Amino acid sequence: MTGLLPVGLGFDAPLLLLTLLALPILWWLLRAIPPAPVLRRFPGVALLIGLDDRDTTSDRTPWWLLVLRILAVGAAIIGFAGPVLAPAQADRPGSGPLVILVDGTWAAAADWTARSAYLSDLLAQAQRLGRPVALANLADTPEPLIFQSADTWAGRLAALQPRAWARARDADWLPALPEGRFETRWLSDGLDAPGTSDLTAALLARGPVTVTLGRANLVALRTPVFADGAITVGAERPFAGPAADVQVVALGPDPSGVERDLGRAVLAFGKGATRAEARIDLPPELRNRIQRFELDGAAHAGAVALTDDSLKRRKVALVSDAADKEGLQLLSPLHYLRKALEPDAVLIEGGVGDVLPARPDVIVLADVAQLTETETKGLADWVGRGGLLLRFAGPRLAAADPVRLADDPLMPVRLRGGGKSVGGAMSWGAPKTLAAFPESSPFHGLVLPEDLQVKTQVLAEPDAALTANTVAALDDGTPLVTRKALGQGQVVLFHVTANADWSNLPLSGLFVQMLERLSISTRSQDQAAILAGQTFVPRRVLDGFGQMQGAGNLAGVAGAALAATLQAGPVAAVPPGIYATAERTVAVNALGAGQVLSPMAWPAGVTIEGFAAAKPQDLKGAFLVAALLLALLDILAALRLSGRLARGAPAALALGLALSLGPAPQARAQDAADQRAIQATEGVVLAYVETGDPAVDEISKAGLTGLGDQLLARTAVEPQAPMGVDLARDELAFFPFLYWPVTEDAAPLAAATYEKLNRYLRNGGMILFDTGDGDGSGMGGASPRTQALQRIAAGLDIPPLEPVPEDHVLTRSFYLLQDFPGRFVGAPVWVEAAPPDAALEKGMPFRNLNDGVTPVVIGGNDWASAWAVDDYGVPLLPVGRGGAGERQREYAYRFGVNLIMYVLTGNYKSDQVHVPALLERLGQ
Amino acid sequence: MRSVSSLRARAEGLGAVLPPLLADAEHLAATVILGEHGRRRAGMGDDFWQYRPAHAGDAAHSIDWRRSARSDAHFVRELEWQAAQSVTLWVDQGQSMHFASAKGLPEKVDRARLLGLALALVLLRGGERVGLAHAGDDPGAAIAPRSGRSQAQVLAQALAGRAAPDDYAPPLTAGVEARSLVVLLSDFLGDIGPILRAMADIANRGARALLVQVLDPAERDFPYQGRVIFRSIGGGLAHETRQAGDLRARYRQRLGERQDELTRLAGHSGGRFHLLTTGAPATEGLQWLYRAVQGGRG
Repeated sequence: MTGLLPVGLGFDAPLLLLTLLALPILWWLLRAIPPAPVLRRFPGVALLIGLDDRDTTSDRTPWWLLVLRILAVGAAIIGFAGPVLAPAQADRPGSGPLVILVDGTWAAAADWTARSAYLSDLLAQAQRLGRPVALANLADTPEPLIFQSADTWAGRLAALQPRAWARARDADWLPALPEGRFETRWLSDGLDAPGTSDLTAALLARGPVTVTLGRANLVALRTPVFADGAITVGAERPFAGPAADVQVVALGPDPSGVERDLGRAVLAFGKGATRAEARIDLPPELRNRIQRFELDGAAHAGAVALTDDSLKRRKVALVSDAADKEGLQLLSPLHYLRKALEPDAVLIEGGVGDVLPARPDVIVLADVAQLTETETKGLADWVGRGGLLLRFAGPRLAAADPVRLADDPLMPVRLRGGGKSVGGAMSWGAPKTLAAFPESSPFHGLVLPEDLQVKTQVLAEPDAALTANTVAALDDGTPLVTRKALGQGQVVLFHVTANADWSNLPLSGLFVQMLERLSISTRSQDQAAILAGQTFVPRRVLDGFGQMQGAGNLAGVAGAALAATLQAGPVAAVPPGIYATAERTVAVNALGAGQVLSPMAWPAGVTIEGFAAAKPQDLKGAFLVAALLLALLDILAALRLSGRLARGAPAALALGLALSLGPAPQARAQDAADQRAIQATEGVVLAYVETGDPAVDEISKAGLTGLGDQLLARTAVEPQAPMGVDLARDELAFFPFLYWPVTEDAAPLAAATYEKLNRYLRNGGMILFDTGDGDGSGMGGASPRTQALQRIAAGLDIPPLEPVPEDHVLTRSFYLLQDFPGRFVGAPVWVEAAPPDAALEKGMPFRNLNDGVTPVVIGGNDWASAWAVDDYGVPLLPVGRGGAGERQREYAYRFGVNLIMYVLTGNYKSDQVHVPALLERLGQ
Repeated sequence: MRSVSSLRARAEGLGAVLPPLLADAEHLAATVILGEHGRRRAGMGDDFWQYRPAHAGDAAHSIDWRRSARSDAHFVRELEWQAAQSVTLWVDQGQSMHFASAKGLPEKVDRARLLGLALALVLLRGGERVGLAHAGDDPGAAIAPRSGRSQAQVLAQALAGRAAPDDYAPPLTAGVEARSLVVLLSDFLGDIGPILRAMADIANRGARALLVQVLDPAERDFPYQGRVIFRSIGGGLAHETRQAGDLRARYRQRLGERQDELTRLAGHSGGRFHLLTTGAPATEGLQWLYRAVQGGRG
């Protein structure tokens, strides 16, 4: 924990506490008055007449009963005084202008809902007090703070979303601060950032500063590194706490493109440690598929580590002329390539025909001039599908027939016959060196070593395309490296040999960097040098919650800036995400390589609050219940004392109470699961997802009960009583249909749950998502429930969607329907999009949409509420108004009937378009 | 004033009580295995007792000629003396008898009636004459001892009558025949004076008295605690105490004294005293009663 919360107890009606003073009087009174006599009928009274009590004072109320009663009365008084735990806001009204600073960073995203609620409380309070408010998200670019009325800000609160980056240079906010004195409330993520001390000092100089801290169990992933055959995933937490194990999951698409859990590891934080590392050892095929790592169950950008090329191991095929086997190793045209690539690529060697079936990412042809027609065609196909063909010149290429070479489709440029030798004994001029790489070159920005020499090379025929195809040239402009796009792939030709015969390029570090730029090797030792000079385009970016979003119109990022970001962490201009050039992709994660998460050290004078303090806990109920329980105890005790309660009865009563309150025995869980399975398979059971909100679950249950009644009355489907499903615990396979009401605070699901759901969807289950707010299912609008739905659905294997088309089977599986009202009407309902080639059936009003029953139906019409009935079959909730409303309910039921029919019969109705054809074929 | 409707209500109430009471009593009486209880001596009766040689003074018609013809002497056929005894029952119908301390227990008066009627049935079966010292609601009237099955019906009706208005009803001795047996079923918790007088009356008539004290277990054990106001069932008497538990020993001592007194009184008349609680099975009480009725004539 960071700083203990200052716990405060306040009262709604403190004056009532004065009555506590009366307790001693009560004590005295209770002591003085003996317990009320019990009236008993007793025939033997005649024998009692004349028997006096020997001790008239002995039967006073016993002291423990007095204490019990005083406690009961005390608890009741305190209860009615309305005790509120930590009413921090209510206690300090404050006055004057209020500046609210919000750390809208990824570190705050994990408990953003609570933070939003806290902010709206704060604003509501400021509005009650009429305080002008200036609010700013410190993760944004500094802008002058302007005081406005609190309700203006409250309206904008929904738009305040956490960013995927940290606060950058808090000192930049100094000029943005308003003039004069003001109070500051800082909703902090608790992390240190450069310049924060300046900012807090400035704020303290202007007025009191209160810092509110959020949850302390933040864990962020570092960019995973590949080393020694395994992936090392590092994680960091700012607050050294007790030992904790955190699951990290590697996610990526399986061969069918469905995202799966590819590997897992446990990050074990030691007690007091802030760092943990885990190794994930995966075969290359799986490793190359990994797209990101996630901390299980955390929903912020820091819990996601995207991967890029650096984790991938390319499969590189090295092909040289087979005749060269007897040659010296150092003279082999492939020796340097092999050395350069060996550490981080999978090498395959052999002839062209041998390596093609291995589907390498790169094929290197070192001085290969003669290719058979089949080989040429195979290579061309392979390049066309996205392969990178890297060719090196050499004596054979130089000696090849230029006419044949001119026809070679696997040459980026036409070559002139023979080579050009410079700087040798028999040639003119000195050996040439390289010119700086042009901007269009993938090598742009690489630093040229001074001692680079090119002695011999092959020459290209000058033509119009030559300049465009040249990516590296000698200082006299002679092309040295040329390339040409071919289909989705490309062919790159180095006009020198791959060994040191013609130049010393293969001996230089530049050669390795060039290979890396071509994304053949991925040994990012020196990111800055590799990235420099290129412009990276953001492909996908992370939002603060760790969800992938489209990059929109984000500007491209210079390589140098990207390198800086990788080191120091993302900023507004370079949010975390995937950045790419044509050749390579780079992942930027929330935590930069050089960043250390350290907790903020707040200077003296700053009031630090716990975040939980923001929610005042009303203790009234607890105190009143305690008073009631004490009173009950008192009754028992009084009965016992007066002899009206048999000996042992209180114990039995207490035991009974304890048993009824105690947790149900855990035993026979297996039996319960079996029972459940039997119950679920006894018939068609409609199921709903338990959200944890009892009110919502109740409505879901009532809704499915109502729908079940209608199905029973109208169709051949006879559903059993609906069942609730706990996604994490229960088996889903029994249910053909799941109703899933989405609530704002729906928790993110664990990876295993997603896998279970995806299996369910793939095997023919159907889920009806209902945001229940009449919203247009997430398109454009962003109601909180829709956002929650997006969060949930992100991990689900959901096909492309479209609003239900007019000819969808849903519109005619039982009733003919045009729209699908629940308690709301008109919001679109989304189903799996029809295949683009669905054709209009001849003579039929429908397209031929035979296959593909949609696995999800998404809408926001709150169907369960429209369907819901009570135990007597009477509708539970009103729909619309009057007769029109009842009509709407009827249509809601019709939608439900259609839906269940669709679930159970699939596209049976669609098949019926073939009935005339079948009848005709039968000869009738 | 007795309107027709109240009469009918009472009749119905009676009808409701009577069959169960009679049935219960029959049931209870069946538990007593009854031999012909002859007097084991010659006398008036139906059963053969012995032949004895005729003495002088025997009436000629008393000689059994058939037996005498078989020998030379004359024999007189003697029958066993089967003179019926008359038993008078008194069942206390006072308010104090309408008490049961717990749900499972019968009221004392119910137990007393049951025992009384069962004893009557047993005795009637044995040919005795049974009467009642009170008849229904009228304390002055009594049912004279008679034998026969119909008497049982009469007794049952009289026993099912209403409770007396007093807290403690004084024992009644009306209709007690001389040298008969009196069975008094009561809790004997009331004033000792009327009891003394009744016993004296019984003794004067030369009758034998069986005193059966029917008590609730609570009356025997006094299990009360704390501050209590005890009030008699009729409400006539009350006693308040702060420490009921403290009174227990002294109450039980008084009760013991009362029982000793009753034992002494019973002994004077040649009878016996017995304590029955409603907590114990009714058969036990009946067995004791039957043995006591028998035993007196040893």
